[in-house]
Amino acid sequence: MSTVLDSRSFLRWCWRQLTSMRTALILLLLLGIAAIPGSLFPQRSQNPLQVKQYFVDNPTLANWLDRFSLFNVYSSPWFSAIYLLLFISLIGCVLPRSIGHLKAIGAAPTITPKYLDRMEYFTEIKKFDLDLAEKQLRKMRFRIRRDSNSISAEKGYARESGNLLFHLSLVLILIAVGVGSLFGSKGDAIVNLGDRFINTPTSYDILGFGKYQAEDSLPPFSLTIKEFKAEYDPATNAPLDYTLTVLAANPAGSKENVEIIKVNKPLTFGSTKVFLQANGHSPIVIVKDKSGKVVFDGPTPFLPQDANLSSIGAIKIPDMQPQIGFVSSFLPTADRDPIRGGFSSYPEVLDPRLLISVWKGDLGLNIGVPQSVYRIDTSKMERIGLKALVLNESYDFGEGSITFTGWKPWVNLQIINDPGKGYALVGAILAISGLLISLFTRQRRIWIKQGRKTQIAGLAKNGIPGLEDEIKKLVKELGSE
Amino acid sequence: MSNTSTALLSNDFIYASMALYTLAFFAHAVEVAWSVKTPAKSVKKTKLDFSRTERVGRLASAFMVLGFLLLTAGVIFRGISANRVPWGNMYEFSITGALAFSGAYLFALKKYKVRWLGLPVSLAVLLTLGTAITLLYRPSAPLAPALKSTWLVIHVSAAIISGGVFLLANAIAGAYLILDRYEQKGVRPIWAQKLPSLEALDNLSYRLVALVFPLWTFAVIAGAIWAESAWGRYWGWDPKETWAFITWVAYAAYLHARVTVGWRGRKAAWLCLFAGSTFLFNYIYINVWGTGRHTYSGL
Ligand code: HEM
Repeated sequence: MSTVLDSRSFLRWCWRQLTSMRTALILLLLLGIAAIPGSLFPQRSQNPLQVKQYFVDNPTLANWLDRFSLFNVYSSPWFSAIYLLLFISLIGCVLPRSIGHLKAIGAAPTITPKYLDRMEYFTEIKKFDLDLAEKQLRKMRFRIRRDSNSISAEKGYARESGNLLFHLSLVLILIAVGVGSLFGSKGDAIVNLGDRFINTPTSYDILGFGKYQAEDSLPPFSLTIKEFKAEYDPATNAPLDYTLTVLAANPAGSKENVEIIKVNKPLTFGSTKVFLQANGHSPIVIVKDKSGKVVFDGPTPFLPQDANLSSIGAIKIPDMQPQIGFVSSFLPTADRDPIRGGFSSYPEVLDPRLLISVWKGDLGLNIGVPQSVYRIDTSKMERIGLKALVLNESYDFGEGSITFTGWKPWVNLQIINDPGKGYALVGAILAISGLLISLFTRQRRIWIKQGRKTQIAGLAKNGIPGLEDEIKKLVKELGSE
Repeated sequence: MSNTSTALLSNDFIYASMALYTLAFFAHAVEVAWSVKTPAKSVKKTKLDFSRTERVGRLASAFMVLGFLLLTAGVIFRGISANRVPWGNMYEFSITGALAFSGAYLFALKKYKVRWLGLPVSLAVLLTLGTAITLLYRPSAPLAPALKSTWLVIHVSAAIISGGVFLLANAIAGAYLILDRYEQKGVRPIWAQKLPSLEALDNLSYRLVALVFPLWTFAVIAGAIWAESAWGRYWGWDPKETWAFITWVAYAAYLHARVTVGWRGRKAAWLCLFAGSTFLFNYIYINVWGTGRHTYSGL
């Protein structure tokens, strides 16, 4: 019996600790500090390639960092623990306060304290009519408790309302974030100019689903890439504007509409949005085998490496015997200098080069280990040629030939469904409103007590100034100096 | 007027404002230094005569106002030369930041007795402008595509104004800590006699933070809305976003500490300094050395 009681009182003690102000403060500070490492180490959620590189550069350190989730800080157990505790504390603190606050609607202020001279503001004046004071205070929209020889008045009830609204809205935002990550989806697809993208899981290069999002729930639209225009500043090479024109059909196969997508202007299908995320060039090559049969003819998206769109890529020909791979770079506007060798000096295609090194052997495509489409694992291959091709040039590498015939732009479409974001926005708006109400409402109390003399005292929450003037004005109105 | 000549005009205004901030700095310095003199006739108590420095103090404030107006013109012409809001790279962030900081000071000067802050404020503005125009300067150029948005105007102006006020609160918290040192050892040095009481400083920095915390909250939210429309997610823990969040949490902690746990004085001042330094860190470190999507510094 007593152990039950003990453990119960222990639990109650824990709860009181958790919901105390001091704990809230510590948890808040902890949350801020815990967010720091995520900005110092590369994060898988944003920059998986950089994380991989970190493992290559410092394998031992990286393994240790990984053990403490330092590459996934914001989904790590310790980060989650801090914010969950903070929000439990928040709910435990704010819910009872809200209930108390609701009950206090319309209730009279507390009884006038016995000793007024201890208050922040205190003065004694000539006797005057309490009824008149009450009337005046009511006119000033104070809430009033009138006793036979005293008045207790309070104003600024909205401060607490705003404060509670603010804290409760934070909970709403947290829920919205949760909804987004559990029920949303996010994917990337690289599409060449002229190609059609159909919104099914197999069309994506990368696609991530929330835990509870069904895979067949993608809206069935299709997009055909009609035109892509990138404008650059000739002086600085900086991008000025990107414009993507697509033919959109929803569902696929229905009538197509011309739509424009820009960097800040996605295309919307319900709660799903299509963003223009990145762009690059796809060189077009024709590869023939020894007998002159065409084994490959088409564009291959290359991955840009710098602002001038020097790009790397891999053209893989698994159907030749032996298998052939071209480890390549594409320079849209080729230039040379003695230090860097070949590089691109402008992002548009003005004087293209395709640099290839030809490898023969086993491309390693059948082992089932996923491979980057931009790279070739050459560990089981042998290099048989090296060449820089200008447009329409061919190169014979013994096992066959390759001709560089042109290029096409590609765009990276990012397709995101976040059903929680509407709630997050509502939460954010409510939070700000609550904050404004609470920080700009002055909460204060005024007491008037009739004895041999009349005593007036006041107290302002957080020592916010202005109370003194207010009381002076009141006294003046009552005509008693 | 051509774009280049407008940009050059903007530079001239910036230089002119620097000249005025320099004058303001010296006037403030004279004001502080002259208060040291005690009237000859005082016998026992060293009483300070501030009346003789009152004029030069007022002159200093006039210089501050003029400097502010010239700097405003410089920022506006910079915007006109690029045909957009002047917040496209680190140089422009810096001149606008200096403008916001001195604006926050003038705003506070109107409401509270903070002329004494003019000395550190004019110095900080000078250093910022000097660094900006020598190290960070970039020719006026159009915006990167991701920056083309109304949200740029809303988000960045809210952030820069909040930053100005935060840093002012920081300066006051710093003054608090320095004066607190002296008072613990005994009395304030003579030059600091005129400064407000510790309690007043403590209240002032709290009031500034409380005033501008909603605006910072709004700046973060506006950034999230913009990120949603540009990148498809409203929050991605990009380093810049992360540090904006850290600043927000740090100031929330500061307000909590003051309002609910009752931290006053020294502890609160340290917390205020910590929160302010997260803001500065975000501005300098992430813009210059950071990675992520917010690297628009043009460096
Ligand atoms: C997500 C974490 C939290 C944030 C960002 C936050 C933020 C804030 C802010 C900015 C204020 C200042 C408002 C003002 O000055 O009136 C405040 C006040 C307050 N918070 Fe929090 N808070 C959080 C969690 C909590 C928790 C866990 C509790 C309870 C244990 C709590 C209870 C309070 C109380 C009682 C006030 C003071 C209300 C007043 O009398 O003015 N908060 N909070």
